Amino acid sequence: MLNPGRARRSAATEQNAVFRGAGLPWVFLLPSLLILAVFIYLPALQTLRLAAYRANVILGTEQFVGLANFTELLLSPAYRQVALQTLVFTVLTVSLGLLSALGLAWLASRPIRGAQTYRLLLIYPYALSPAIAGTLWLFLFNPEIGVVNQILGSLFDVRPRWLDTPLLAFGLVTLAAIWKGLAYNIVFYLASIQNLPGDVLEAAEIDGATPAQAFWRVAFPLLTPITFFLVFTNIIAALFDSFALTDILTRGGPYSGNAGATTFLVYQLYQDGFVNFKTGVAAAQAALMLALVAFITWMQFRVGERRVHYGA
Amino acid sequence: MVPEGAARESREHRGQASQGQRRHGRVWVTHLALTTAVLLVSAPLLFALIKATQVSSDVISPKLLPGGAFFQNLSGVWQGANLGRYMLNSTVVAVCVTLGKTVLALLAALAFVYFRFPLKGAAFVVVLLSLMLPTEVLIIALFDLVSQDLKWANTYAAIIVPFLASATGTFLFRQHFLNIPSSLADAARIDGCGPLRYLTRILIPMSWNTIGALAVIQFVYAWDQYIWPLVIMQQDDKQVVQVGLRKLIEVGGQTDWGAVMAGAVITMLPPLIVFTALQKQFSRGFGLTEDK
Repeated sequence: MLNPGRARRSAATEQNAVFRGAGLPWVFLLPSLLILAVFIYLPALQTLRLAAYRANVILGTEQFVGLANFTELLLSPAYRQVALQTLVFTVLTVSLGLLSALGLAWLASRPIRGAQTYRLLLIYPYALSPAIAGTLWLFLFNPEIGVVNQILGSLFDVRPRWLDTPLLAFGLVTLAAIWKGLAYNIVFYLASIQNLPGDVLEAAEIDGATPAQAFWRVAFPLLTPITFFLVFTNIIAALFDSFALTDILTRGGPYSGNAGATTFLVYQLYQDGFVNFKTGVAAAQAALMLALVAFITWMQFRVGERRVHYGA
Repeated sequence: MVPEGAARESREHRGQASQGQRRHGRVWVTHLALTTAVLLVSAPLLFALIKATQVSSDVISPKLLPGGAFFQNLSGVWQGANLGRYMLNSTVVAVCVTLGKTVLALLAALAFVYFRFPLKGAAFVVVLLSLMLPTEVLIIALFDLVSQDLKWANTYAAIIVPFLASATGTFLFRQHFLNIPSSLADAARIDGCGPLRYLTRILIPMSWNTIGALAVIQFVYAWDQYIWPLVIMQQDDKQVVQVGLRKLIEVGGQTDWGAVMAGAVITMLPPLIVFTALQKQFSRGFGLTEDK
């Protein structure tokens, strides 16, 4: 299915190439390539170089230390804890986030009255930024004046200190991240569900499939390509977009074990780079994250070619 | 064949009858589940909207009735905490980034689709691979480059220029151009129309849906920027509104939550306006609706 498409596309590419001029295409590409070279690729190389130095951007000092920054990081209990926390946070937000988005998109695609309104109400929180999400949750879960504790206090007489208790703070950040990503995931699931072949689902129902069977045995396999796409975009979002959320909501805290319970990889990088001014160590962290993103991208292509059911 | 068809048909009828009853029972469960979900998902937003309208004594009480103090709350942070300035900065940045990305991506896609040149494949890979390098990963070296070498700290250029190239945009415009019949470009060339004129007179008018869809994504992306402005903008009067929110919370030790909620609500508006204005293009550009 993929190869003929690719062949057709490359034939079309050649067919379309009607204009002449050897220098002209480079003139059109120049602005994009220049920006990419100066602000993406140059900093990427510079990051790899800085990772081998004990450096301070503010003071302008540099001293070559080889792989010392990497060994320091990998042996540091604090960094290991941060990496583990990031892993747990990512797995939880991606799996729970996608499951709830799929469930809600499925319900909102049923032929019921008001489905359009439900869909709209589920989609509009897309306009929320991670920083706004953090701000709202900070107020909601404020121990004294937050509405959650006011309700819990009057009903059960408990007022948890959400942001000072490691496990609660971690759960709260996870929940806020899931909530923030919900609208984005629902948009993609709604579009894919609407494009499902209706006759296949109808046939399943006619043959006596229960709604649960129709969903898990028929619809879910047909939705594998979009689920797969969303798994990867959500992993990237969990790794990077969580920064603004945690910066406003918890500042990486509260402290537990060797590091803050909600300090994730990017937050640690920011702390070391711009608060502690350990530029070399921060660059080494960036290099490790670069390897992580490369690995994730590679997995995406590898798993994508083998496993994904693209339909007929 | 005939009896088989008949059997299937009768089974279909029976199926529909019992299904009808079952479906009726299920419908209100679906409504209940969806209503609960919508309420849960909207709860933080509804709460923010209500609290943004209350006077400060009500804001810290459990009271959940809207008040009439929205503009009072807003004007407090608009001038008192610089929110007006932050909003202006964010608007300038988001509009410039969106426009710049669109123009650069259109030009790049023009080169990739309508020209044959050496190293075309390599150039395309260079553009696409940039997707793998998010700002967060580059931030240490980018800070070094922009503040020390270019001396752009505390300027708009620092948060606009590095983001002007768009791999997503180039890719989407390329896909779109490839779907436009090549005979059109052929005819234009024979009539003596150059590539730039072809772009402005023919391609752009045929691409409004894709342009609109991309503009939504790029505006929201630029509007939501946080970590880069946080590190590169040390002067408050050039700061963007997302980082400004953090400052609203910190103002003077005692947070005025009614005012902060008013600020958060206002911060949400521009992406909502852009999204609403370009909703039709957004759905068509991404094939979310059937009429393309």
